[in-house]
Amino acid sequence: MATNTRKGSTVPFWRDERYLQAIAQVIVVGGIAALGWWLIRNLLTGLESLGTPLNFRFLGQTAQFDIGESMISYTRNSPYVRAILVGLLNTIKVSSVGILFATLFGVIIGVARLSSNWLVNRLAAAYVELLRNIPLLVFLIFLSSTVFHKLPLVAEAASIGKWAFLTNRGIYVTWVHKAAGWSTYQWVLLAGLLISVVMSVLLIRQGRRTGRMPLWFLWALLSFIGVAVVGWFIIPATPLVPDIPTLQGRNFQGGISLTPEFMAIFSGLVIYTAAFIAEVVRAGIQAVSKGQREAAAALGLSNFMTLRLVVFPQAMRVIIPPLTSQYLNLTKNSSLAIAVGYPDLFAVGGTIVNQSGRAVEIILITMGVYLSFSLLTSLFMNWYNRHTQLVER
Amino acid sequence: MSRKLLIVLAVLILSVLVLGACASNTTADKPAEQTASEPAPQEQPATKSTLDVVKERGKIICGVNQAVPGFGFLQSDGSFAGFDIDFCKALSAAVFGDTSKVEYRPLNAKQRFTALQGGEIDVLIRNTTWTLTRDTELGANFAPTTFYDGQGITVRKDSGVNTLEDLAGGSICVAAGTTTELNLADQMAARGIDYTPVVFETADETTGAYLDGRCDAYTTDKSGLVARMSLFPNPEEHKILDETLSKEPLGPVVRQGDDQWFDIVKWVVFATFTGEEMNINSQNVDDAKANATDPNVRKLLGLEGDMGQKLGLSNDWAYNIIKMVGNYAEIYDRNLGPDTVFNLARGLNASWVDGGLLYAPPIR
Repeated sequence: MATNTRKGSTVPFWRDERYLQAIAQVIVVGGIAALGWWLIRNLLTGLESLGTPLNFRFLGQTAQFDIGESMISYTRNSPYVRAILVGLLNTIKVSSVGILFATLFGVIIGVARLSSNWLVNRLAAAYVELLRNIPLLVFLIFLSSTVFHKLPLVAEAASIGKWAFLTNRGIYVTWVHKAAGWSTYQWVLLAGLLISVVMSVLLIRQGRRTGRMPLWFLWALLSFIGVAVVGWFIIPATPLVPDIPTLQGRNFQGGISLTPEFMAIFSGLVIYTAAFIAEVVRAGIQAVSKGQREAAAALGLSNFMTLRLVVFPQAMRVIIPPLTSQYLNLTKNSSLAIAVGYPDLFAVGGTIVNQSGRAVEIILITMGVYLSFSLLTSLFMNWYNRHTQLVER
Repeated sequence: MSRKLLIVLAVLILSVLVLGACASNTTADKPAEQTASEPAPQEQPATKSTLDVVKERGKIICGVNQAVPGFGFLQSDGSFAGFDIDFCKALSAAVFGDTSKVEYRPLNAKQRFTALQGGEIDVLIRNTTWTLTRDTELGANFAPTTFYDGQGITVRKDSGVNTLEDLAGGSICVAAGTTTELNLADQMAARGIDYTPVVFETADETTGAYLDGRCDAYTTDKSGLVARMSLFPNPEEHKILDETLSKEPLGPVVRQGDDQWFDIVKWVVFATFTGEEMNINSQNVDDAKANATDPNVRKLLGLEGDMGQKLGLSNDWAYNIIKMVGNYAEIYDRNLGPDTVFNLARGLNASWVDGGLLYAPPIR
């Protein structure tokens, strides 16, 4: 055959299919590159003729506006780039905590949907069908305007034993702040941590040797608490004092608080995404063959043990790729925060566009950030996917 | 092996050739375009004037507000009404001799400049504040101010707030992407007052949050406050603080780079001012045109001097504006005056003849 084709190479290259295919590919690639280049040139000359050529120097200018909630110090005198960072951190905050809770709820609901209890599995099915068929934006505005803004006014805050307060300005919970004894007490806590780590290592090792795993986590926790309590009374100065939220002027001060804007976007994302994750989890569990469960039952494993030791490790391989997509969706959907007034990257970027007129630059930055955030997430999930696949036997 | 190598080589050579051709094409295109464009100007749409585009299209696309009663409001029957809308109509009357040749494009505060820069709209008349930064960095040109405004703050009467200082520690609702965000930050920083801004996308969401008690106060331009308060369920439970946080000169905005269109928009505004100065309104304009002896009136109404042609319009441009839309006083009274729910005093927005700030350069 090979000699045949070589002899047949008298066919001129414009009639040789291999060349034709290669040429077609080159033409397509060249065409797309030329189109892209033409679009970019068009944009650049357009901006030039408007007198606002593309550049990022404006990021150093003073932002001049305030942001409602920030994880780092920020004032109106900070530069634009810091405002963007504040928005970015708020985005990361809501999406990372959101991913955590959405996974938790999603798994619970996904398992519940497969429950043999009629009520539990119907409730889970109703939850999934209701939530995944409502547009997220509508749901967010519903949450914000009919739930969180309708909580009690500050003056008539609902309180839980004077330690926590629920208002439409936010949830305020008592927290602690450091007092005189803290500098000594932190070493006590560190020692407690060390003791509990050593203890759990020893217990686990013993469990492996004897084949009867003790409740190592409980013991570790108890020993940590024990050390912490004993240390509290031994140290003369009080290490921590409670920081109780009190109504001062127009708002509560002190304690830790969550704003209604954060709660609206957070709960919206979690409740919405959990419905999709539940379906992913259900699909994953159902993909594990029935024989595996029957074998586990034959060995006398309890339902929970079957799920934890037999079903989940195998289901993970099916679950992870679509789960990654849900994580990416949650992250990208967090840009809807602007609808409920939460200052995420997109919301802050919008204000900067209006203040500085640098629409193209800000949109480029915003897209770049979401892209790299999503790529990082999928990179991690792909790594985890490979990791779980290796376990396959 | 050697066959594969041959194919790879061929592909490489071809790609270099094609890319090279692309590159040389595009660099060769540039001078070719420029020389070719002189005999055939329709090849360069970028240089086409806004007026030509508008005339060809048969209507003006006007970027407006849809949520501020009195200024730009989408009515229940689907039509737009308000002070800013009337200036869109005046522009249409000047260009087409007909007030209906306008397409209203409702925009929120954040979209408006992008829409203008991108050529999506011909003119932006959407209570937009004239500032140095916007004038220079947004690629925009500001026509004369049609409404002198200032930022104010609305609070509940029973909140006990009488000054900005009383708002310390409170939260203030504000709409995104407006100068009000900046002014608020400036004023609060200047007075050292600690507060939390809660920023929403639209005016409706912002007032909704304020009415729910999420914020102690709601801030925007005073004209906007009055207009929004007319929509509150119990307007008498709210009040506007005496303090004015800023100067807010509001007026039409056009894209930079088309002086003719900029001139037209400027002089349309000035024509409404001039009408009031000369006491010519939609009722008496026909009379004035028939009996005009004053050369200034004759120039305004297109009887002498070819003023319209100098703008690229017909000579009865100003007559059309006054006849079809009215002079400034009529526009103001129709939308904001004593017969409306807003009943806003003219204040700074009176003609200079009456001690206000409205002053039109002579039409001659």
